[in-house]
Amino acid sequence: MTMNKSADAPQFKREMLSILPNLRAFAVSLCGNPDRADDLVQNSILKAWVAKESFEPGTNMKAWLFTILRNEFYSQMRKAGREVADSDGYYTNNLATAPAQYGSLDLQDFRQALDKLPEDQREALLLVGASGFSYEEAAEVCKCQIGTVKSRVSRARSRLQELLEVDGEGEYGTDKESAATVLRSFAR
Amino acid sequence: MANKRTGKMNYDNPTSQGNFDDPNHAISKKLQALYSSVQDEGIPDRFLDLLEKLDAAEAEQARVRNEADDDE
Repeated sequence: MTMNKSADAPQFKREMLSILPNLRAFAVSLCGNPDRADDLVQNSILKAWVAKESFEPGTNMKAWLFTILRNEFYSQMRKAGREVADSDGYYTNNLATAPAQYGSLDLQDFRQALDKLPEDQREALLLVGASGFSYEEAAEVCKCQIGTVKSRVSRARSRLQELLEVDGEGEYGTDKESAATVLRSFAR
Repeated sequence: MANKRTGKMNYDNPTSQGNFDDPNHAISKKLQALYSSVQDEGIPDRFLDLLEKLDAAEAEQARVRNEADDDE
């Protein structure tokens, strides 16, 4: 018995190593804070290691690891409460400053916009649009229906579009409040 | 893209749904650029060290267990 397990171990580790850069990119993009993301990754590695007997070789290790990290992310968020949750972007909206570069869609603007999305939309968009999961696999990771993933991705895209366009208008009005005021006055 | 009639998606390559004339395309590219910037950093040493320690601890455990088995 011991022989069989140890024979699988290097393979398990090799496969895990090959997924780690992707997993870490997901963690950083999901939680927005690189230090916290690396703690998430570390905890996920530990959890995965402890649970590795339950992993069936030949099944989708990537989905398995992402599921572990995602569970870890949400359980940490629950523990930390509002401070980290910020699901409706209260803090990020209020911290957002006028864009430094006129209308440019640089990565920092994008990062800020991404942080304003609700977690469920952000994670769906990341899994499907960057981590390389199919809608089906993403649904498995998020434990929801495929249709739910699709609608989250599509809402995430439209919201980003909106946010980035608003930022692009920074030359005319330095914040969204004033942009909204201007729009309202036109609407009358 | 979704096939309206069958409701089926192209599961193989969902990221390809951003066509060049699709307004979403810029967003897809930004997303991938942001993601790759982290992914391309590779694996920080702390994780490699961690996995090495886990490996070593496991090997040690197995050795102790085997010795105990041999003693019986």
